[in-house]
Amino acid sequence: MSTFFLALAVFITLLFAASLYRVLRGPTVFDRTIGAGLIGTNAILVLVLIGFLYERVDMFVDLALAYGMLNFIGIVALAKYFERKEGNA
Amino acid sequence: MIAVIAAIFLFGGAVFLLVSCVGLLRLPDFYTRAHAVGKAETLGSMLVLIGLALYNGLTLSSAKLLLILVIIAVTNPTATHALTRAAMRSGLKIWRAKESNPA
Repeated sequence: MSTFFLALAVFITLLFAASLYRVLRGPTVFDRTIGAGLIGTNAILVLVLIGFLYERVDMFVDLALAYGMLNFIGIVALAKYFERKEGNA
Repeated sequence: MIAVIAAIFLFGGAVFLLVSCVGLLRLPDFYTRAHAVGKAETLGSMLVLIGLALYNGLTLSSAKLLLILVIIAVTNPTATHALTRAAMRSGLKIWRAKESNPA
């Protein structure tokens, strides 16, 4: 089962690269922001999987919880900031 | 037995994560990409977290994993909606199929 967790963590990390392409090449700033949000949500899963791999789930779960809240606050703050600004659509 | 069920959940979650990432890369404009991220990503994350909580058993860490699940289920669609509303208010055009190629 540990090998399966490692394979899943590597798979999600490969998905980071695909999202990073959208962050770098996105035509508008909203594409970039939603790509960053996807990376943030996948990072929560990678954190929990790392906790299972090192058998310290109790510590890494707290980290993932805090990271999820920070990710949400960051995305909403960026959405409010880019709203009605000229030249980003 | 529990490990097999957890592996099925984890594999289904991985499939949905892959679908959301392919949608983010392949779809033509921001609104369709937000559609892919807002639904498939949420479901994939929830399936992966359910599988991990099943594998972990009945402990406090499993309760925290389910709390992460609830937080993702609430915040991920909310963040996608906020971004889409910001894009709509700042005048981003909706993608249409070409006139010469009606589908």
